[in-house]
Amino acid sequence: MNQEMGEKYKPFELVRKKKFNFKENFFLSLIRTLGFTGAIILIIILSFVAYNGISILSWEFITQPPVEAMTEGGIFPVIMGTILLTVICMIVVIPIGVTTAIFLAEYSKPGLILSTVMMSIYTLAGVPSVVFGLFGLAVFVVVFNFGMSLLAGALTLAVMILPYIISTSEEAIKAVPYSFKEASLACGATKWQTIRKVILPAAMPGILTGSILGTAKVSGETAPIMFTAAAFFTPGVPRSLFEPVMALPYHIYVLVTAGTFIEETRPIQYGTALTLIILVLGMNLLGIILRARQRRKKAW
Amino acid sequence: MVDSKNGKYIFEIKKFNIFYGDLIAVKNVILNIELNKITAIIGPSGCGKSTLLKALNRMNDLIITSRVEGQALFQGVDIYDKDTDVIELRRRVGMVFQKPNPFPISVYENVAYGPKIRGVKKKNQLDEIVENALVRADLWKEVKDKLHESGMSLSGGQMQRLCIARSLAQEPEVLLFDEPTSALDPISTANIENLLQELRKNITIVIVTHNMQQAARISNYTAFMYLGELVEFGDTDSIFVNPQNKLTEEYITGRFG
Repeated sequence: MNQEMGEKYKPFELVRKKKFNFKENFFLSLIRTLGFTGAIILIIILSFVAYNGISILSWEFITQPPVEAMTEGGIFPVIMGTILLTVICMIVVIPIGVTTAIFLAEYSKPGLILSTVMMSIYTLAGVPSVVFGLFGLAVFVVVFNFGMSLLAGALTLAVMILPYIISTSEEAIKAVPYSFKEASLACGATKWQTIRKVILPAAMPGILTGSILGTAKVSGETAPIMFTAAAFFTPGVPRSLFEPVMALPYHIYVLVTAGTFIEETRPIQYGTALTLIILVLGMNLLGIILRARQRRKKAW
Repeated sequence: MVDSKNGKYIFEIKKFNIFYGDLIAVKNVILNIELNKITAIIGPSGCGKSTLLKALNRMNDLIITSRVEGQALFQGVDIYDKDTDVIELRRRVGMVFQKPNPFPISVYENVAYGPKIRGVKKKNQLDEIVENALVRADLWKEVKDKLHESGMSLSGGQMQRLCIARSLAQEPEVLLFDEPTSALDPISTANIENLLQELRKNITIVIVTHNMQQAARISNYTAFMYLGELVEFGDTDSIFVNPQNKLTEEYITGRFG
């Protein structure tokens, strides 16, 4: 009898997949493939640049100035130019950005002023970078009379990255639990004491991470420094804020388009690109590690 | 020290209303809170008990839509007068919250927070304040070897006592407790209740609680609130043994709430 029943119902048949489900499998593979597109593109770009640039990368390449009309030698002043531009930009933009974020997160009340400020920040974030370049040219280079200089370029980059710094800092400040603020005020702290002693220290890792990622963005920009800071060639590292600088992204642009020895400088072009990518990825990695660490450490 | 008429009441609340925007949260409350006693405010969720408590040290100011009508006096001074020094008020009227909320800094720094922002700088003076506050909060024995570990590494009950110590370091005259044990286990709750009895000797305590047994166990006076109004106020014993109002009776016998 048992055998009979087994043959009749075949219980395992009910849960066994009956046939190959074409539709399900097709979309699954499609989604899988498309989902990896971003990663694949990144890998292609990285390997392309690395393949072409790795041969020239050496200690000399990153520590020597260019020679022989830039067909030989290294890119030391170019790297230093980018680092100087970025550092000065950050020194200017972080205090302004964090202060604005404090205002937006802690002091502003909903209303016309707040919505105007918010709208301006969003709009600023959407402005193409070349427009910032022209703005920098008009304001910092001409009106303030800084000339094509490290300072004018750093300020232009600062204006460009400001909305990003404001929004990441604001998010970090808003992520601080309300209970900390409540506890501090209930201790009889003033609003400013609360911000300085409780809110900012708790928000600092987030602000720092945002700033590092902002730095990475800034260091790769070409358009904003094109008319404000970048020089085709300088004999060395600038000795003052008012001298023009060489910078990695602009250097690539110049070697590829404007030199008389475009073919001869190919390896240097890729070497410079590789250096820039390593710099930017390195900073991004630092930002990501910091963020991961801070998430793990966060006790609230 | 106490400036009001007979010196017995530290808070005198007179026809007091609190609004959130157009919504009235506390209606026409008249209540006197006696010096160095424990006054419990009980009532179902949303009855306005926490709102009333938070008015006593103006923590309601954080909610920008809130406003008040009527008078609430602290030692004869109108709490909501525009000349009232809110910072000094909050030093003298401390607050402990429902969820323990130590800062993410060391145990020591948590307790030293208030004195430090008030300008106490000397190390030995701070050490003394911190030890004193932790002893009074009955936490010293448990944390004296980990003063420099994070306040957030303690257990829930310890964290809540740390928050009490942080308030005590300000030498407050009043401590407001907003359901301080609702996030704690029974043993931690008992510890805190014992602590409140100890503190009452020289601090006035106002406690909002969901837990009627707790109110009955620890308080001298009980106020029962319902829908923003103060329904009944009196000696805890008479409120629980012989409530005058039908609503109070229904609430304490658990017929609603």
